[in-house]
Amino acid sequence: METTREQVLDYLSEVKDPEIPVLDVVEMGIVRDARLDGDTVHVDITPTYSGCPAMKAIEEEIVRTLHAKGFEKVVVHTVFREAWTTDWMTGEAKRKLEKYGIAPPPKTDAALRPALPFAGQPKPVRCPFCGSEDTERTSEFGSTACKSLHFCRACRQPFEHFKCI
Amino acid sequence: MFDGRASGRPTSDTDMTTATLDPELRPALFDYLLRLGDDALVLGHRLSEWCGHGPYLEEDIALTNLALDCVGQANGLLGLAAEVEGAGRDADDLAFRRDALDFRNALIVELPKGDFGFTVARQLLFSAYAHLLYEALRESAFEPLAGIAAKAFKEARYHLRHSSEWLIRLGDGTDESRQRAQTALDDLWMYTGELFEKDDTLRTLVDAGLAPDPRALEAPWRERVEAVVSQATLTLPEDDFMLTGGRSGRHTEHLGHLLAEMQFLPRAYPDAVW
Repeated sequence: METTREQVLDYLSEVKDPEIPVLDVVEMGIVRDARLDGDTVHVDITPTYSGCPAMKAIEEEIVRTLHAKGFEKVVVHTVFREAWTTDWMTGEAKRKLEKYGIAPPPKTDAALRPALPFAGQPKPVRCPFCGSEDTERTSEFGSTACKSLHFCRACRQPFEHFKCI
Repeated sequence: MFDGRASGRPTSDTDMTTATLDPELRPALFDYLLRLGDDALVLGHRLSEWCGHGPYLEEDIALTNLALDCVGQANGLLGLAAEVEGAGRDADDLAFRRDALDFRNALIVELPKGDFGFTVARQLLFSAYAHLLYEALRESAFEPLAGIAAKAFKEARYHLRHSSEWLIRLGDGTDESRQRAQTALDDLWMYTGELFEKDDTLRTLVDAGLAPDPRALEAPWRERVEAVVSQATLTLPEDDFMLTGGRSGRHTEHLGHLLAEMQFLPRAYPDAVW
């Protein structure tokens, strides 16, 4: 049976983000495309952040996974054609994030923070534990490039937020 | 799944890739990519020096996050530079096997990290410039550069916000923080002119639609910096003598010391892997 692009993408949904293991690289929008050319599979990926240290691990995991599915030749291309945005994450991915305890990113058109701080403040982030919007930002930078640190005044819990970009 | 809102520039038939690049543009483009890549690499290294030395944990993490973005941008830019050069070198060769004379970064990024006020003031001056530069570079006719710029532009946005928030806090803070922030701005000012210089490399690339005219960035840059400095209740330094030279390899003594540390491992253990 001939392998289709959809099947390759389906296989790639087994590759998880090493920093956020509940999400796979397809639903995060990191995998941009897959093509079959003879016996070679080409996979296009795009980095979430320029310096994301997980990209190398993701690339290796893609190759390992497709090898295990019987593809001998796998070429992973890093593409920059369009810059990754959190808007590419599927709704399902955002629901999984919240369930995992990370406040998901809202749509960028409504929530992207301005470059200069006095140009306005965004809405508070909803606490993934109790749902309250009575939260404050502790730091714009967290344990990974994609997350910020917040504190919920209602349930007194610190939590992480996947930043809008 | 793949039809999300594009945040880069749509490609057109006239766009150049490394393969279709006019050979006459190669030397200038290589030089320009080294400038961009070296700015990011050297600034990233300076920021990384705060790792374990930040004023408190969250800020330590913030500065190392910024460092990571810069080094990531440098990796992309120097990788592209190596491709354009076509001499078989890669990003690591360019980062770790060139000496100070061959670096093309602006002098402002190589100055020692100084106190926290100095680091914040430099971040403000540089990220206000980088934000405008990458915004314009998204329109570069050289497609691979436009792609890297679209990504870096998003990062420059929060780099600028981070340093603006801090400069306002320091300037409008205690007497000590205010004095240190003002001293930092005064000391850094003579290094800002270099960012907007237009030489032969830039003339070639501007004419070919590959790079924006740096002179066109100066007025909007000044406007942004002025807005933040005034919110911080600080004084914008007066224009006086501007020190330049980094773009042609004439650096301060600080770059050599930085490279000695940054390049030690790959030079002592060539081709080491882990």
